[in-house]
Amino acid sequence: MNQATSVDVKTLAEGLARADRSCVANALNLIDDKRPGAHEQALQLLTAIDGERLNQGGHLIGITGPPGAGKSSLLSALLERWCHRGLQVAVLAVDPSSPKTGGALLGDRLRMSAAGQHKNLFIRSLASRQQLGGLAPEVWPMSRALLAGYDLVLVETVGVGQSEIDVANIVDTTVYVVQPASGDSIQFLKSGIMEVPDIMVVNKSDLGSIATKAANELTQVLHRSEQHTAWQRPVCKLSARDREGIDALEEALKAHRDHLRAQNSLTSGRMQQQVAYIIRQLNDEFGSHGIKKLGGSKQIAAHCQSLHGTGQMLASYNAWVEELRR
Amino acid sequence: MSKPKDRPWLLRTYSGHSSARASNELYRANLAKGQTGLSVAFDLPTQTGYDPDHPLARGEVGKVGVPISHLDDMDVLFDQLPLDQMNTSMTINAVAAWMLALYIALAERRGVDPAKLSGTTQNDIVKEYLSRGTHIFPPGPSLRLIVDTITYSVPNVPKWNPTNICSYHLQEAGATPVQELAYALSTAMMVLDAVRKSGQIPEQDFPNVVGRLSFFVNAGIRFVEECCKMRAFTQMWDNITRERYGVEDAKKRRFRYGVQVNSLGLTEQQPENNVQRIVLEMLAVVLSKDARARAVQLPAWNEALGLPRPWDQQWSLRIQQVMAFETDLLEYDDILDGSPVIVDKVQELVDGANEEIARVAEQGGVLAGIESGYMKQALVKSHAERLRAIERNELTIVGVNKYTETAESPLTTSGDGGIMKVDDAVEQQHIDAIVAFRASRDNKKVGEALARLKQVAQGSDNIMPASIACAHAGVTTGEWAGALREVFGEYRAPTGIDISGQHGGDENLESALRERVAKTGEELGRPIKLLVAKPGLDGHSNGAEQIAVKARELGMEVVYEGIRLTPQQIVAAAQEEGVHMVGLSVLSGSHGAMAEMVLDGLREVGLGELPVTMGGIIPDNEHEALKRSGIAAIYTPKDSDLNAIMAEMVDLTRSHNKLKVFGAL
Ligand code: B12
Ligand SMILES: Nc1nc2c(ncn2[C@@H]2O[C@H](COP(=O)(O)OP(=O)(O)OP(=O)(O)O)[C@@H](O)[C@H]2O)c(=O)[nH]1
Ligand SMILES: [Mg+2]
Repeated sequence: MNQATSVDVKTLAEGLARADRSCVANALNLIDDKRPGAHEQALQLLTAIDGERLNQGGHLIGITGPPGAGKSSLLSALLERWCHRGLQVAVLAVDPSSPKTGGALLGDRLRMSAAGQHKNLFIRSLASRQQLGGLAPEVWPMSRALLAGYDLVLVETVGVGQSEIDVANIVDTTVYVVQPASGDSIQFLKSGIMEVPDIMVVNKSDLGSIATKAANELTQVLHRSEQHTAWQRPVCKLSARDREGIDALEEALKAHRDHLRAQNSLTSGRMQQQVAYIIRQLNDEFGSHGIKKLGGSKQIAAHCQSLHGTGQMLASYNAWVEELRR
Repeated sequence: MSKPKDRPWLLRTYSGHSSARASNELYRANLAKGQTGLSVAFDLPTQTGYDPDHPLARGEVGKVGVPISHLDDMDVLFDQLPLDQMNTSMTINAVAAWMLALYIALAERRGVDPAKLSGTTQNDIVKEYLSRGTHIFPPGPSLRLIVDTITYSVPNVPKWNPTNICSYHLQEAGATPVQELAYALSTAMMVLDAVRKSGQIPEQDFPNVVGRLSFFVNAGIRFVEECCKMRAFTQMWDNITRERYGVEDAKKRRFRYGVQVNSLGLTEQQPENNVQRIVLEMLAVVLSKDARARAVQLPAWNEALGLPRPWDQQWSLRIQQVMAFETDLLEYDDILDGSPVIVDKVQELVDGANEEIARVAEQGGVLAGIESGYMKQALVKSHAERLRAIERNELTIVGVNKYTETAESPLTTSGDGGIMKVDDAVEQQHIDAIVAFRASRDNKKVGEALARLKQVAQGSDNIMPASIACAHAGVTTGEWAGALREVFGEYRAPTGIDISGQHGGDENLESALRERVAKTGEELGRPIKLLVAKPGLDGHSNGAEQIAVKARELGMEVVYEGIRLTPQQIVAAAQEEGVHMVGLSVLSGSHGAMAEMVLDGLREVGLGELPVTMGGIIPDNEHEALKRSGIAAIYTPKDSDLNAIMAEMVDLTRSHNKLKVFGAL
C-alpha cells in the first residue's frame, strides 16, 4: 500500500491554533488518513497541540437525538449567533454510512449555515463508517484538533445505535434533541439512554401544546432521577425554525460549562476522553492481547493520567505502539 | 359534410431569450406563422427575483429566457401586441404576483381594461420545491402569495388563470403517472383549501375560484397510458370538485389543462428520433376529446442539445398544425369511449393515485411532505429506477441502448452546432440598462411603494394592489423580491437524495465498480469523497442527484447540498470537506462563467490541483476551451451510462493521486 505523504506537522499545528482554514482542512485529512505513516504523523500533530488549551479551553458540545428532530436546524440557530459575535466555531457533522456499500450522503452544510458564509465557521461532514451505527473513531481526534483553534466545537450525530453514547463520551456537554411527537419522551425513557444528555431539548415548540406536554413529561422524569446530583439537567423547549427559546439553551450551555469548571471536571473529563481514545486505538490495532501485554487497561489508564498535562501522553502511546509492534 | 370540426387547442411555443426586444420580435414572427397563444420563458435571474446587476445573476442574464426587470421591459415585450386579444401564458412562480402586477399595470398604462386580460401565471410553488427550483420564500408565505393572486384575479381579472397546478415538471424529475396524478391533485386541493380558509372569497363565489384553477401536464412516450392518465385526471377532478367543494356547474368542474410533452426522454443521440417521440406524445393529449388539452407547446428535435432556433420551433409548431388541420382528429366525438381496455387502465391509475393522495394526507399534507423530503425522495427514487431499467436494457431507448449505429446527421453539422446561442454580451447591456433605469426614475416614489409593499407583506392584506402600485412607480423585479425576502426569508428545499437501498443497476458492473472504489479508498487512506455541486441559479437537479445517488451506491462519500450554490460556497465546501474531486453540474447555459469562478476560487485557497469535472448541457464546440481552463472531464446527456462515468471519475481520482488507473470497465 502506498505511504502517506509526509507533512510539516509544526506548520499544521500552528495553523490549527490560528484556525487557518487550509491547515485545519489538511489536519483533518491527515487524521482521517489510514495509510502507513499517516497515523504517526497525526499523533505527532495531536501531541504538538496538546497543552493548556486542550485541557481547559473552548467548549466541546455534542448534539444528538433521533433523525429529523431538528439537530441541524438548531445548530444553525446557534451558529448564527456565535458567528455574529465573532466566535470561532467548528462543526463535525456525522451522517450514517450505508452498511452495505460503505457509501454515504453528506448534505447538512447549508441547513446549518443558512445565515450564509462566515469566515469564522468551519464545517466538516463525516460518514459514520461503523457497521453498528456507532461514531467513527476519527471524530474524537478531529474534535481535539479543532479545539486548538476554535472557541466552540460541535459534533452532530444522529442518535441511532451506539452513537449517542459514543458522542457523550467524547464531549464536555451533550445536548439531546427530541421532537414533541407523542410518545417520544416515552421512547426516550425506554431507550436506556437516560444518562446521556446534560441538556434536554424539545424542539419545534411552534407546534404548540404537544411540545409543552412533552417538555413537562421530560422535566418530571429527569428530576425524579436526580434529586441528589449537583447538575440539574434542564429541559429547553424551543423552536429552531422560529428562533424562539434559543437564549435559554445558550444559557444552559454556558451554565453546564461553568459547572464542569467549578467541579474541576472539564479537565478531568477531557483527560478521560484522551485515555479512552488511547486504549481504544491500542485495542483496535493489537486486540485485548496487546492491552494485556501492557499490563491491562487499568494500568494503562493510570500511567496516562500520571502524564496528564505534561504533553507526554501521546508520546508514551507511541512508545507502546513501537513496543507492541516489535 | 357531417358536423363541424371542433376548435383546436391553443397552439403555443415556449420562448424568450436575450432581451425584451428580441423576444418581442420572436413572438410576432411566431404569431405570423399561425401560433395562437404566447408562452413566455423568463431568464433565471428574473424567475428567482434578482436584477441583472445582482452578483448571483452573473452568467445567467438573458440566457434561457427573457429578463424582465420593470414595467418598461414588459411594455417592450408586448410591443405591437394588443393585450386584450392575446392569450399569454407566463412560466413564472416565486415572483408570479409581481409579473401579474406588471401585466395589469401595463394594461392600465395602455388604457386596456384588466378584466379583458386572458392568460396564465404558472404560480405553483409545490413543483418548484420538488423539481423546478425557482422558489424563493418558505412554503407558508409562498402559499399566501398564491392565495392572494387568486383572490385578487377571480373578481378583477376574471379571464385569467392565476395558478396553473403542474404535474409536468414532476414527470421531468422522474415521476410516474400515478405520482403525477397524486401530487398535482393534492396540490390543487391544498391551494383551494387555503383560498377558502383565507376568507377572502364569499362562499357563493367559490365555484368561480374552482373554475379558474387550471393544470399543466406532461405526456410521455407510453402514449396509451398517458392518454388514460388524462382521462383519470378529468374523472378525479370532476369528483373532487363536486364532492369536496360542492361545485354544481359541470363547466366549472372541467379539468382544464395545458401541455408540454415529455423532454426528459428526448435524446442527444440520433436527435432526429425526437420528432417521432414528440408526435406520439402529443397524440396522448389530443386523442381523447373528453380529456383533450386546452393548450399545447412542444419541445424541438434538438431539445437535448441546447436552445432551439426559430426554425426548430417552427418545425414543432408545424407538428401541431398538421395534427389539428390535416388529420381528421377534430371531426369525431371521443373515440376511446366504451373501450374496456381504456376503462381498466384509467381505473388502475385512479386507484393508485387515490392511495398516494391518502399517503400524503396521512403524513400531514403536501407542505409537510415537502418539508420532510418525502415527496422529493419519491421522485428521485422513481428517476433512479428508470435509469437503472435503461442500464439493464429492460427499457429500450432507440439510439441509446438499442440501434445505436447511425449515419452522420446533416441536422447537427451546420456551423451553429444546430442550436441557438445567446450572445454573452447581452449581460453587460442589461447591467448598464438597469443602472441607468434606476437613475432615471423617481426614487422617492419607489421607496414609498416598497415601504407600503413590506407593510402589506407583514400584515394580511392582499399583496396585489401594493404590487401594482410598485409596478407603476418603477420598482424593479429585484427590489420587489428583495423586499419580500426581508419579510418572508428564504427557503432551501430538501434534496431528496437520501433514499435508502440499492436501485437495481447491473449487478456485475456495479460490484466491479464497488471494488475499484473500495480499493482506491484504501490506497488513498480514506474513502473517496466527492463533492457534487450545482453553481448558479440553475435548478436542473436530476443529473446531479443521479450522479450523487450512484456514487454513494458504489461506496463513495458524497457531499451534495442541492441547487443554487455560489462559487464561494462550493469552494468552501471543497476545502472544508477535504474532498478528492469536485463535480459541477450546469444545464442553464452558464457553464463558462461558473467553471471560471469555481476554478479561480479553488486556486485562491490553494486547491488549484483538485480535479474538477463538469456535466450538463455543454455544446461540443465549447469543450476544448473548458478543458484548457482546467476542467478535467466533461459529460453531456449522451453520456447516459452512469457506470462508465463513475469508472472515469475513479480513474481521474487515481491519476491525480499518482495511482495506476484501472481503464474502462
Ligand atoms: C428535465 C429538464 C427540466 C426539468 C428539470 C427537473 C430537475 N429537477 O432536474 C424542468 C422541467 C424543471 C426544467 C426546467 C427548465 N429548463 Co430544462 N430541461 C430538462 C431536460 C429535458 C432534461 C435534463 C435532465 O434532467 N436530464 C436527465 C439527467 C440525468 O441528465 P443530465 O442532467 O444531462 O446529466 C447527465 C450528463 O449531462 C452528466 N452530468 C450532468 N451533471 C453532471 C455532474 C457530474 C459531476 C458528472 C460527472 C456528470 C454530470 O451525467 C448525467 C448522466 O447521463 C433538458 C433537455 C435534455 N433532454 O437534456 C432541458 C434543458 C436543460 N432545460 C432548459 C431550460 C431552458 C429550462 C428552463 C430554464 C426554462 C425556463 N426558461 O424557465 C427551466 C427552468 C429550470 C431552472 N430552475 O433552472 C434548456 C437549457 C438550455 C441551455 N442550456 O442552453 C434545455 C437544454 C432544454 C432546451 N433545449 O431548451 N427542465
Ligand atoms: N416546525 C418546525 N420544524 C422544524 C424545526 N426545526 C427543524 N424543523 C424541521 O424538521 C426537519 C428536520 O430538520 P433537521 O434540522 O434537518 O433535523 P436533524 O435532526 O438534523 O435531521 P437528521 O440530521 O437527518 O437526523 C426539517 O424539515 C426542518 O425544517 C422547528 O423548530 N419547527
Ligand atoms: Mg442533521
